[in-house]
Amino acid sequence: MRSAKFDALLSRYYTIIIFLIPALTIFTLFVVLPIGEAAYYSFFRWNGYGAPEKFVGLKNYEFLFKNRVFIMSLKNNFYIIAISLFVQLPFALLIALMISDKLRGAAFFRTVFFLPFILAEIVTALIWAYIYDGNYGLVAAIWGFFGAEAPFILGDKDWALLAILIVIFWKFFGIHMMIYIAGLQAISKEVLEAAKVDGAGPITTAFRIKIPMLIPTIKLSVFLSLLGSLQLFDIIMPLTGGGPSNVTHSMVSYLYYFGVMRMKVGFGSAVGVVIFLICLFIAIGYQRTLMRDDNENKF
Amino acid sequence: MIMKTNFRTYYLYLILFFLAGVIIIPLYVSVMGGFKHTGELRTNSLGLPIDWKFENYTSLLANSDFWLFLWNSTVYAVGTTFFVVLFASMTAFVFAHVKFAANKFLYNYFLLGLMFPFATAILPLFLRVRDFGLLGTSWAVIIPQIAFGLGFSIILFRGFFRQMPKEIFEAAVCDGCSYTQFYFRFTLPLSTPILATVSVITLTGSWNNYLLPLIMINDESLYSWPMGIMVFRGEYFTDWGKILAYVSLTLVPAVVFFFTLQKYIVAGLTGGAVKE
Repeated sequence: MRSAKFDALLSRYYTIIIFLIPALTIFTLFVVLPIGEAAYYSFFRWNGYGAPEKFVGLKNYEFLFKNRVFIMSLKNNFYIIAISLFVQLPFALLIALMISDKLRGAAFFRTVFFLPFILAEIVTALIWAYIYDGNYGLVAAIWGFFGAEAPFILGDKDWALLAILIVIFWKFFGIHMMIYIAGLQAISKEVLEAAKVDGAGPITTAFRIKIPMLIPTIKLSVFLSLLGSLQLFDIIMPLTGGGPSNVTHSMVSYLYYFGVMRMKVGFGSAVGVVIFLICLFIAIGYQRTLMRDDNENKF
Repeated sequence: MIMKTNFRTYYLYLILFFLAGVIIIPLYVSVMGGFKHTGELRTNSLGLPIDWKFENYTSLLANSDFWLFLWNSTVYAVGTTFFVVLFASMTAFVFAHVKFAANKFLYNYFLLGLMFPFATAILPLFLRVRDFGLLGTSWAVIIPQIAFGLGFSIILFRGFFRQMPKEIFEAAVCDGCSYTQFYFRFTLPLSTPILATVSVITLTGSWNNYLLPLIMINDESLYSWPMGIMVFRGEYFTDWGKILAYVSLTLVPAVVFFFTLQKYIVAGLTGGAVKE
């Protein structure tokens, strides 16, 4: 006779296996293995047919770091990161502080500022491609109002990247604002009351209490912003498609044009690996600072 | 004192309304642009259309490709969401309730996947999908989307399941309820908020996805709507009225969707994040 205990044990193993297998299989086959394969393929020159045979060592990487367009795309990604971290996030924080208080119409502003985030990136970029159009867009209207000939911003080497940065700012500051508002709402009312009793004004409260208590939230938004910036693609495509003269590529759009479209599996994988390593580097840094703070908090 | 406060509030509103304008005006000119003739776009980009032109919108609504692309995207989104919710909740259930040696290790394995940028995997992913013979089917989009959606969804589900009162679980197991029965009879019915959150995030993610279908889909009858809109843009390069009409027709459902499910979207994006 089987004991109840044995049945329970059997049920446990049965559950573990049946419940875990679908997710584990799909995740391993379509996420983990492809990352490993990208690393492997990056040492080959290969068009994806047959087995990879032409081993080229680090040639793909060598070419990559000598390639003007790739270096440019790397730089662009760092501009995007810099603007996101040092302009967009502080701005989002400022707005969050402004509308988290018992401000009339706070809900309205929150919703409006968050609105761009829910649009598809492709749609956002198309709207702005129209705005920037020198013949028909808003830019044309504004220049026309002053009686000037409107520039074609997206076709101008010097301005195209700035135009893309503005779109990124427009689309993404709302989500960071929302994250900060959620963090601010988690700050206990008593602390804020106490500060008020002690005579702290809104600015003192913001700098002495709210922002310090928001540090974990800020770190998270920094992390999300970094990873998001590194993987930017959809916004670039409708705006410039990497042009003019390949000056506005992001690393991912570079990967798409020079790896995927030409079916250069080895070369494209090398680009992918570089993106991966940068993400990994950031993730490790993030874990480190986070853990250090956790230890400090214990004392 | 009161004077000072009023002064501050005045500037506060000035900034906020200006910013709201910067957000809303591009959306407004796009929707209105779809109603304008090409000539009018040139001369009157800010105002309401003088001569309302409905043709851009009506011709799109009568365009069978437009509906086909929307349908394809619906299939991708619903298929992805169904499997992500099912597989991620099952996995998270085991992580939350079943004690076994590799529990923590396997959970971290999925967490690690969150660090993997999708772009790195595209080429090998394409080859895998091709070698499995899935190219030319909807699965070419759905399966990779499931794979990349699992990590974050498992975190959200696990967090929720762990907060459910332990007593229910112990009582049910004592009554001879198996894990499987417990999952279907108690866990899922008690988890509607998190089911909604994960569904909404997965749905929108899939609906807006551009890069993955672009790589996987060659056959025009399987195009997703973001691919369709880009083809359309290629065809009518400077005919902005037509393009803006297309943009607006996809914009309106997104906005309606957002306003109906705002609670879950925000909860998923911020709540799950802030709790970490």
